[in-house]
Amino acid sequence: MKVPRAMEQAKIEVSQLNFYYGSQKALSNISISIPANRVTGLIGPSGCGKSTFLRCLNRMNDIIPHTRVEGEVKLDGQNVYDPAMDVVELRCRVGMVFQKSNPFPKSIFDNVAYGLRVNGWRDKREIEERVEQSLRSAALWDEVKDRLRESALDLSGGQQQRLCIARALAIRPEVILMDEPASALDPIATARIEDLIQDLKREYTIVIVTHNMQQAARASDYTAFFYLGELVEFADTKVIFTKPTQSRTEDYVTGRFG
Amino acid sequence: MERKFEEELEEIKQSLLSLGSKVERNFGDAISSLIDRDPVLAGDVLARDPLVDLAEVQLDEHCLYVLVRRQPVARDLRFIASTLKVVKDLERVGDMASDIAEHVLALLRYPPVRDFPEIAEMGRLAQQMLKRALDAFVKHDPQLAREVIADDDKVDEMHSRIWDSLVAVMSEELSSIPAVPHLFAIIKYLERLGDHSSNVAEMVVFMVEGTDIRHSVKIRAIRERLAAESES
Repeated sequence: MKVPRAMEQAKIEVSQLNFYYGSQKALSNISISIPANRVTGLIGPSGCGKSTFLRCLNRMNDIIPHTRVEGEVKLDGQNVYDPAMDVVELRCRVGMVFQKSNPFPKSIFDNVAYGLRVNGWRDKREIEERVEQSLRSAALWDEVKDRLRESALDLSGGQQQRLCIARALAIRPEVILMDEPASALDPIATARIEDLIQDLKREYTIVIVTHNMQQAARASDYTAFFYLGELVEFADTKVIFTKPTQSRTEDYVTGRFG
Repeated sequence: MERKFEEELEEIKQSLLSLGSKVERNFGDAISSLIDRDPVLAGDVLARDPLVDLAEVQLDEHCLYVLVRRQPVARDLRFIASTLKVVKDLERVGDMASDIAEHVLALLRYPPVRDFPEIAEMGRLAQQMLKRALDAFVKHDPQLAREVIADDDKVDEMHSRIWDSLVAVMSEELSSIPAVPHLFAIIKYLERLGDHSSNVAEMVVFMVEGTDIRHSVKIRAIRERLAAESES
């Protein structure tokens, strides 16, 4: 499905994507253009394939045995499933934030600096600058600037999730994939993450999986509804939540199934 | 979808129907009090108006409560948004029934003006519009709603015709001059009933199809004008 607003530029173009867990087909013939510098929400009942689809975008499914992919996922025109594609580089360009915050058992600073050091950064001053920028971008700097050497595990759940976002931002990705990033957070921490998403889309393309309909309505510019491994509808979020064109979408968003 | 939510939506629908039937009855009685020169019936209409006001406020409260609790989307959202607008139209129609009743009581101070069967006919047509608009709302029937909207032109045309007749009566029968302005006011309310019924019908189309057809010609024109201005 095309970008709903014709003038938008696509960052990721997915064509006829099929995905299999063993013999079980989890995604069927998915075609979608994900617009740059926008938030695209993926919704659908459990098992509909939305998280599988998300993980296809940076080949996180590669690490799951007995899986198979058909079709294309193009990032700025380059197929990420091309054998020549450097997967480590791909995951630098397409970062990911998970449902459960997963800071490393290290200091706050080292968590954010981790990806930089793995990528060969050695200059202490440059690393410090990038860590500060990333924590500021993740709206966490003011809360942690005086305790950067303390363990990340001492932070609250909401702070840990923003730390994970800062860690993803440190290596300057182009796309950020978020798999239910606020589902384990209280309403205030959720609101901060949602505000942050709005700030981040100026510089990043964001794709977010959420089970929370209201969150999809609040946070995303576009919404894609998945059902039984198919992409049923992809449209402006306003359309999906006020006047969806497909009856299955309407039945799902109004809570009549799922 | 939770069963309780379904019940809440059904309660809103039933409350709207109940408000609609109160308004229809008041408006019908107001017209009858005019035709029959019946001050008791006109008084009944005035006495019942606060019940319409109460039903309006209660239904608004109920809709807001469901919005807060359920945060409805898609067709459920359109249903509640439409209900909130329809309630306002119905309440205005209820007020107009009271206004007609007051004019009837004032008219009764004067001898009858020449018989005007067209006013009764216009009243019937306008009331039919309201009844059919509410039927369309309950049955989710946009086709019926569009027929109601089309009928508004007939009511407007009758208004112009009766207006001219009333002007002629005033010039021919000077004794009618104190009474006829009340009839001018009443036919204006009948014409407005047609407008409010059209509003209800437009909301039916929005509720069912998700398309806002209000002022569509004027809005298209102003959009084109604004677009042309921004280009130049």
